[in-house]
Amino acid sequence: MVTDHAVHAEGLVKHYGRVRALDGLNLDVAEGSLLALLGPNGAGKTTAVRIFTTLLEPDSGHATVAGFDVVRDADRIKSQIGLAGQNVAIDEYLTGLENLEMIGRLYHLAGRDAKQRAEELLMQFDLNDAANRIAKTYSGGMRRRLDLAASLVLLPPVLFLDEPTTGLDPRSRRQVWGMIGSLVREGSTILLTTQYLEEADELANRIAVVDAGRVIAEGTSDELKDRVGGNRIEIAVAKDADLARAAEVARRHFSSEVNVDSTQRRISAPSKNGTSQLAGLVRDFDGAGVDIVDLQLHRPSLDDVFLTLTGHQAEEEKVAPPAGRWQRRPR
Amino acid sequence: MAVARAVSTAGTRYEPVRGRPRIVWAFLDALVLAKRSVLETVRVPELIMFVAIQPIMFVLLFRYVFGGAIQVPGGQYVNFLMPGIFVQTVAFGGVTTAIGLAQDMQRGIIDRFRSLPMSSSAVLTGRTIADLARNLFTVIIMLTVGFLVGFRPGGTLFEFLLGILLLLGVSFAFSWISAFIGLLVRSVEAAQSGGFIWLFPLTFASSAFVPVATMPIWLQTFARHNPISVLADALRGLFHVNPLMTTADTRWALLQSVAWIAGILIVFVPLSVIRYRRTTAR
Repeated sequence: MVTDHAVHAEGLVKHYGRVRALDGLNLDVAEGSLLALLGPNGAGKTTAVRIFTTLLEPDSGHATVAGFDVVRDADRIKSQIGLAGQNVAIDEYLTGLENLEMIGRLYHLAGRDAKQRAEELLMQFDLNDAANRIAKTYSGGMRRRLDLAASLVLLPPVLFLDEPTTGLDPRSRRQVWGMIGSLVREGSTILLTTQYLEEADELANRIAVVDAGRVIAEGTSDELKDRVGGNRIEIAVAKDADLARAAEVARRHFSSEVNVDSTQRRISAPSKNGTSQLAGLVRDFDGAGVDIVDLQLHRPSLDDVFLTLTGHQAEEEKVAPPAGRWQRRPR
Repeated sequence: MAVARAVSTAGTRYEPVRGRPRIVWAFLDALVLAKRSVLETVRVPELIMFVAIQPIMFVLLFRYVFGGAIQVPGGQYVNFLMPGIFVQTVAFGGVTTAIGLAQDMQRGIIDRFRSLPMSSSAVLTGRTIADLARNLFTVIIMLTVGFLVGFRPGGTLFEFLLGILLLLGVSFAFSWISAFIGLLVRSVEAAQSGGFIWLFPLTFASSAFVPVATMPIWLQTFARHNPISVLADALRGLFHVNPLMTTADTRWALLQSVAWIAGILIVFVPLSVIRYRRTTAR
């Protein structure tokens, strides 16, 4: 079958016992683009990646990667893809150099090529100084970078990155993002899974939102946000006593419904003409003697998108989301 | 379909070597992974202990603590003991495969290996070949210590080398049993205990350390047909350290030994490969 898509999936279904991990997943990733598969834990993201990378066979449906069928041509796909899984897949007791050399040999590069390629990658991923240290001594960020480097040994046309920044501190995450960004600019096709809304927003050309084994929405970040509506203004007041008066002021400015959250002392409302409204609003609050602690105008976050699309929070089923992960990013 | 090749600013695309038969790749891939496993041994102090120090302790303890109390007919205990300890140590050495595989299966590294265009059997063969290398090293250490405490094999150089070869065969066979155990259990801890537990009755209820004739009758039946006894006796014959063994006895023990090694491999190589495919295909 001829397609322009580096990754193509049609009606993928996979069961684990009675659990339906994939429930008719359809997906296309255009050549040279980065698609983010965004969804909560258990949505089926990893299962999809495992099928694309030939680690798992689907119960039904079909998929191609780089034009090859994932079941029939599994052996040929393997030299076309790179995989960096959820868990860092490096050997702790080998040095960075030995790890990459080993992967090169297993890709069947000649001995000298494997070594040269390993040295190149270490340089590119800023691991040169640690090349001859065993990976056990590496920091979390360094391990991730080495893992990412290992998936690039053969410069595969299609890359699968399964939650590549899970567990990283913000600085290392930025670093990994930078590297993924430059890979896309250099022409790689990347399918990336993430639960970080911010990550999808930052890196992806297109985002596919997955829930319960299906893609429930797909588009650019802006397209998805438009589906939820325009900008919102959010106001936080200092004192409980001010809340009612502030709401009254807000109602004068916004024709449509104003949402008042008394526990958070927050007022929010959809904003039609954006920034031009802000000046007048601030003046009126001032005149009414309302103390404002926070005033924001923001585009809906992907969190809002997820909530609108699924009717539940992205992380509903998880026990305790790590602090800060789901906070909205002020714009 | 033409998929655009990624061209990295700091990257050259290297072409894989092609056109070698599958079986050659299976062997070369296994060697790459065996090297990984051997490097690991050198870098983990506990493993060096296991490979080098523990066998020396066994030799010295049995030679000097039990040696005085154990009588062997027709010869010196140290000469009777060493072949037994060789077989026992090499069988125990295989447990490294169980632990290593259990570790691999828990970590993401097995997914990476499976996503590479490498031979899938190499994950198992690599471990068992690494055990061969480790066990050869251990045998050399034990031979040296053995000589220092009075072990004196007779016979020809050919017989001696045949004995070493037999030991490597034992190592390879037991590593595959161990591979199966490593794939069967769900944790590294379970691989550790599960890997050793069956080896204790097997090695001690055998002719490895004491003559079988000193055991109660019911145990003798088991001990005589125990592969460890058969292998230890074959080695004793090859090393000419048991004056009671005739050439025919040696031949018979050797034949049985080879049959045991072949039998174990015929059963456990396919079992392990099937188990590996099942476990990883989830």
